[in-house]
Amino acid sequence: MDNQGLTLLNRIKDSDIYFSFIKSPTAIVTAIILLIIFFCSFFVEIVAPFNPFDPSSLSLMDAFTPPSWSEDGVTKFFLGTDGQGRDMLSTILYGSRISLIVGFSAILFSLVLGVTLGLTAGYFGGKYEMVVMRFTDVQLTVPSILMALLVDGIARGIISKELHNEMAIYVLIFAIGISEWPQFARVSRAATLVEKNKDYVSASTIIGVSNITIMFKHILPNILRPILVIGTIGLALAIITESTLSFLGVGVPPTTPSLGTLIRIGNDFLFSGEWWITFFPAIFLVILAFSINLLGDWMRDTLNPKLN
Amino acid sequence: MSFLKINNLSVDYEMRRETVYAAKNVNIDVNRGEILGLVGESGSGKSTVGNAIINLIDEPGKISNGSIVLDGINILEDPENIAKYRGKKIGLIFQDPQTSLNPILTIGEQLIETIQTHLNLNTDDARSKATNLLKEVGIKDAEIRFNNYPHQFSGGMRQRVVISLALCCEPELLIADEPTTALDVSIQSQILDLIKRLTKERNLAVILITHDMGVIAETTDRVAVMKNGDLVEIGPTKEILTKPKEIYTRSLISSVPPTNKKISRFKIIEKENKSQSDTNIKILNRWVKKEISNKDLVQVKNLSKTFDDSFFTESSKNSVMAVNDVSFNIKEGQSFGLVGESGSGKSTIAKMIVNLFRPSSGEIYFNDICITKIKSNKEMMKFRKQIQMIFQDPYSSLNGRLKVKDIVSEPIKLHNPSISSIDLDNYINDLLESVELSRQSANRYPHEFSGGQRQRISIARALATQPRLLVCDEPTSALDVSIQAQILNLLKDLQEQLNLTILFISHDLPVVRQMCDRIAVLKNGKLCEVALTEDLFVKPTHNYTKELLTLMPKIESIYN
Repeated sequence: MDNQGLTLLNRIKDSDIYFSFIKSPTAIVTAIILLIIFFCSFFVEIVAPFNPFDPSSLSLMDAFTPPSWSEDGVTKFFLGTDGQGRDMLSTILYGSRISLIVGFSAILFSLVLGVTLGLTAGYFGGKYEMVVMRFTDVQLTVPSILMALLVDGIARGIISKELHNEMAIYVLIFAIGISEWPQFARVSRAATLVEKNKDYVSASTIIGVSNITIMFKHILPNILRPILVIGTIGLALAIITESTLSFLGVGVPPTTPSLGTLIRIGNDFLFSGEWWITFFPAIFLVILAFSINLLGDWMRDTLNPKLN
Repeated sequence: MSFLKINNLSVDYEMRRETVYAAKNVNIDVNRGEILGLVGESGSGKSTVGNAIINLIDEPGKISNGSIVLDGINILEDPENIAKYRGKKIGLIFQDPQTSLNPILTIGEQLIETIQTHLNLNTDDARSKATNLLKEVGIKDAEIRFNNYPHQFSGGMRQRVVISLALCCEPELLIADEPTTALDVSIQSQILDLIKRLTKERNLAVILITHDMGVIAETTDRVAVMKNGDLVEIGPTKEILTKPKEIYTRSLISSVPPTNKKISRFKIIEKENKSQSDTNIKILNRWVKKEISNKDLVQVKNLSKTFDDSFFTESSKNSVMAVNDVSFNIKEGQSFGLVGESGSGKSTIAKMIVNLFRPSSGEIYFNDICITKIKSNKEMMKFRKQIQMIFQDPYSSLNGRLKVKDIVSEPIKLHNPSISSIDLDNYINDLLESVELSRQSANRYPHEFSGGQRQRISIARALATQPRLLVCDEPTSALDVSIQAQILNLLKDLQEQLNLTILFISHDLPVVRQMCDRIAVLKNGKLCEVALTEDLFVKPTHNYTKELLTLMPKIESIYN
């Protein structure tokens, strides 16, 4: 096989991953849904019909407008409005951006932390490994929501009230990140244990390559597959954790609502008949998390050499 | 009319890009009381034929053509039939005795289960039948061992149990797929003797699938040679091995290292990389050649290594003595062989010499400097450069995420950080051409290469630092015999031209005989004897060496 003349695009088209992707309708549908969501959230200023955070565009007269297809609906507000007259569709899109930013950052944070610890623990072994792995065991016994609540509580204690709203998003990222890293540490340690006994690692040692280079240049690329898979599923989990925390009132403040905050706000109106305020953000969250999970499942099946 | 007749058998694997023909129009027949050898290199389709007989072809493979007639009945016609034949009329022995027994059932339970599936016997009768079978395959104290679990048996004993399982329903055809490949030489000969004895006693038809020409020569009555799914030649073993008609058979036989003499090079008839004609060692002009000084380059003194299994306790109860008080010297420019069966500690010694492990006691001197006591990394780097290693498994010894040029350039850049990129490229090209790979190989990934080519890349990487000592740990035992011959030739050429000192580790005595000037024989971590190659093969002094030499399968035995 001569791959030299092929462009990157052709190489992707030639790969087994692409082949299994176009063979899997689930993967295609979820990928398209996710692409649309990511696009709309990223370019929300252009896509969203209104800016729900611009007080001049809001009118209390529009408050509690039901979705456009119901009796009292207006075409202007496709999914209706909330109690302050904010367009639901725009609010959801803005909210999903916050959710995605928090989710991605948190998973990145726990990925870096967990993989570094797992990789070094697996590679060096001995007492260092024992300490790190017992620490992960302890951490795994604490439910992640509790962990996040704990971090949030401590943050409230040390950060002043004025600063807290600004810092809320960072606290949230840290709280979710710190509660998710053990699984990355475990998976990367297990994979490292397998890889470090392979001859190419011995060959590098014999050549005289330093431990850091062996770990990050040689072993890390070879253990990325399982990490990528649990990272994707972890992303869905992080988004849900964020929403849960926001729903409980310890997440992002209502001035910059995330999906969880929107569900909590809408929850107050549920019994007075304004169901759409909580229903649409909730359904959006379900679709988002579900799509990420399905894509993660497909990735797990495709990237796992044992199942092929 | 022969007992088993395979007519025009074809097996196809429909893959994503193309259809692979694992077997094409194969015609084979086996008689009762005869052992037919099925020999070929990896991918030749020999196991496919065996699996087709018992209908164990994996998806997406399918039998596209032909018939398999067993005792007058075409067993492909009715798929229901095969379930009745499998195990009952046809017995199977697999390669790996570690995985072909169920570890959570005692061997007695497994035997009784198999017997009762096929024969209408009550438990007591099945039990006595099973015990008799165990006795027949040579397991002592069969009544007691009956209740043991597979892990309580050694590898050879386990293979005996597998054979008794295959025999328990009085099969008439026995298919043995590489039955001794996972076993040591001394156990291999016992298992082969057992198969030969059973063939006679029970008048079985046996198909013995193997890649080992020595096994073929010593065991089989007739042999079928396969290549890429085609049947090349079939006939009486003696005729095929002494007067092969086809070029492929001739090249296969000439690649087998002779056990009775030392030859200077292997004759290569069909070459893997066709473009190159002669070995052209281009790195020679860069090489700082060491003169052969008749001095000891490596001295190993009272080397011992224990592996401690106990983490919490300091007791030595769980420790295993992998290497026990081993001493030998290697002269500069010499090839030194280290021979032993699995668990003899030969790889452990290699890893201590290249400083992957530290010895528990004893010293290793390289060029009169003790390298086992060096603490600082900087000091160690000087020796890392001079001692390099080639590994057994060509698939795990290269990092699949790096291009070949990055793999080869890593040691160069590490030991010569100031090298210019043009010079580096030239150096890489020279290295690749020295191991008979094309320049274009540099931009490819390891998975695009075959096992033999990967081993060449490994050699190029090891040569990049211009080492004085090359440690080869079973460099060809994962390769086919024709590729092995090419790699061994390459190593010989390199050694000759670059004055390399080689420590050659192998379990394969004929290979060691071809490669080495002096040989050390190891058993259970202890040194049995060190002798010049010819002395060792002609007049061995140690009993264990004698035993190994008589037991190794010899292709020359066919002439007697």
